[in-house]
Amino acid sequence: MAKRIDVKDLNLFYGKFHAVQQVSLSVPPRNVTAFIGPSGCGKSTVLRSLNRMHEVAPGARVEGTVQLDGEDIYASTVDPVQVRRTIGMVFQRPNPFPTMSIRDNVVAGLKLAGVKNKKQLDEVAERSLRGANLWNEVKDRMDRPGGGLSGGQQQRLCIARAIAVQPDVLLMDEPCSALDPISTLAIEDLITELKKEYTIVIVTHNMQQAARVSDQTAFFNLLGVGQPGQLIEVDDTEKIFSNPTQKATEDYISGRFG
Amino acid sequence: MVLIGAIGLFLLVQAIPSLALDNANFLFSREWSTGDVTNMRYGILDLFLVTVVSAAFALLIAMPVALGIALFLTQYAPRRLARPFAYVIDLLAAVPSIIFGLWGLFVLGPVLTPLGEWLISSLGFIPLFAKGNVSIALGGTIFTAGIVLAVMILPIITAVSREVFDRTPGPHIEGAIALGATKWEVVRTTVLPFGKAGYVSASMLGLGRALGETIALTIILSATGSSFGWSLFDGGATFASKIALAAPEFNDPKSAGAYIAAGLVLFVLTFVVNAAARTIVAGHKEYE
Ligand SMILES: Nc1ncnc2c1ncn2[C@@H]1O[C@H](COP(=O)(O)OP(=O)(O)O)[C@@H](O)[C@H]1O
Ligand SMILES: [Mg+2]
Repeated sequence: MAKRIDVKDLNLFYGKFHAVQQVSLSVPPRNVTAFIGPSGCGKSTVLRSLNRMHEVAPGARVEGTVQLDGEDIYASTVDPVQVRRTIGMVFQRPNPFPTMSIRDNVVAGLKLAGVKNKKQLDEVAERSLRGANLWNEVKDRMDRPGGGLSGGQQQRLCIARAIAVQPDVLLMDEPCSALDPISTLAIEDLITELKKEYTIVIVTHNMQQAARVSDQTAFFNLLGVGQPGQLIEVDDTEKIFSNPTQKATEDYISGRFG
Repeated sequence: MVLIGAIGLFLLVQAIPSLALDNANFLFSREWSTGDVTNMRYGILDLFLVTVVSAAFALLIAMPVALGIALFLTQYAPRRLARPFAYVIDLLAAVPSIIFGLWGLFVLGPVLTPLGEWLISSLGFIPLFAKGNVSIALGGTIFTAGIVLAVMILPIITAVSREVFDRTPGPHIEGAIALGATKWEVVRTTVLPFGKAGYVSASMLGLGRALGETIALTIILSATGSSFGWSLFDGGATFASKIALAAPEFNDPKSAGAYIAAGLVLFVLTFVVNAAARTIVAGHKEYE
């Protein structure tokens, strides 16, 4: 079930370092929101705070609220492990578990959640791989290690792994940056399809990609070295790319395009 | 490799003439009498069994303990605590074996006596825990020796495992966390599969050391007239301790050859252990 995300007054720290300052934004369900901005401005940091991965870093701290359909995921009664089970994440470099077979990779999350029924696991594996447009390529070698696939296939395997648990939200951190153009297109098509069922937030350094796949774009910027990153503006993708309200956004977009 | 071959060849050349003079079955006899070079009767069965059983017992204790320590230090302990703790373990490796031997005989042996007596009285029906062929009060048993060996090989197994576990790729760990894995599940799905081969080969390294350990066992193990009866509370001698104790006999090449033959078997044994470790590690390569 796709859910909406509401971020309010979010401040993120690594120890004493204030990495991101005062972010507020909303992501409607069944929508793709792209995070763009120069390297180091805190896109990944914000993304990782949406499924409580930020706090995995030593000394990391979060201020502000993140709500999932109105429920604060940072409430003291909430278990971060449970949050991560309902919010899937795909990383920059494909990271299938190398010692596990393709099938076991896909159902790893379900197994963690305690599902043991083999038939059910097989069904989910097939459904998720179909959902990730990978089924036809791997259906004859489900028992081979996931590490043996090409980079693009591995990334789709990771997407299959993330959607196998039917998350409420799917977070992707530059999912195509390690892939060739053909695999990139395959993933972009997939994102457009997944949008029908999931709320998606994607970080990308590729502006054409943001323009192609997203409905809404958030532009982050860095005022100076050592300064915290900031959300400059967030709006419909079309508006951001044609007629942004902030000069910094326009500079960044035109700079990259020109 | 060439060096190993040369050493093997040396042992073989030295051993063959004495083997020809052996009036007992070298592989299957439990006797060992080489004092009278005109009628030598010796076989390695007891040496082999005592060596293997004490080393295996040591490994059985050291493996889980080392695994626990390595996981604790790399995954659970805060850095401030992990560093000094790891240092102490590494320090254990620097203690000379003779100190371990003395400690085993004079400190650990007496401490273990009540435990040994309890095991014998309550589990004595299992051959491994049966009453042994030496006095348990003196502590010179395979039981004591195995525990000392375990302590001796603990640092190497721990250190290598720790290093391998530390090298678990961050992206795999993050992948597991992002799927909603608890700390222990992260360890189970990423750290252990990644480090398994390294842990096994570290253990084999430890086993190799335990098989060849000389001084500590020479000091600890009580000599016995009777043969090994499959009890941990037996005494006896391992290949290495037997050879070390026989130095006075080395002046006659015929009796020296008998010990060299025993050394050759130990050499082959450690070689096999190493080869086994390599095969295990190679078998895992496919997944990396
Ligand atoms: N684990 C970490 N520990 C300390 N600082 C970090 C860590 N991860 C990122 N940072 C810092 O936080 C800032 C934002 O990083 P990041 O969110 O990765 O930027 P982006 O994804 O936009 O390139 C950078 O200055 C980076 O150096
Ligand atoms: Mg980033």
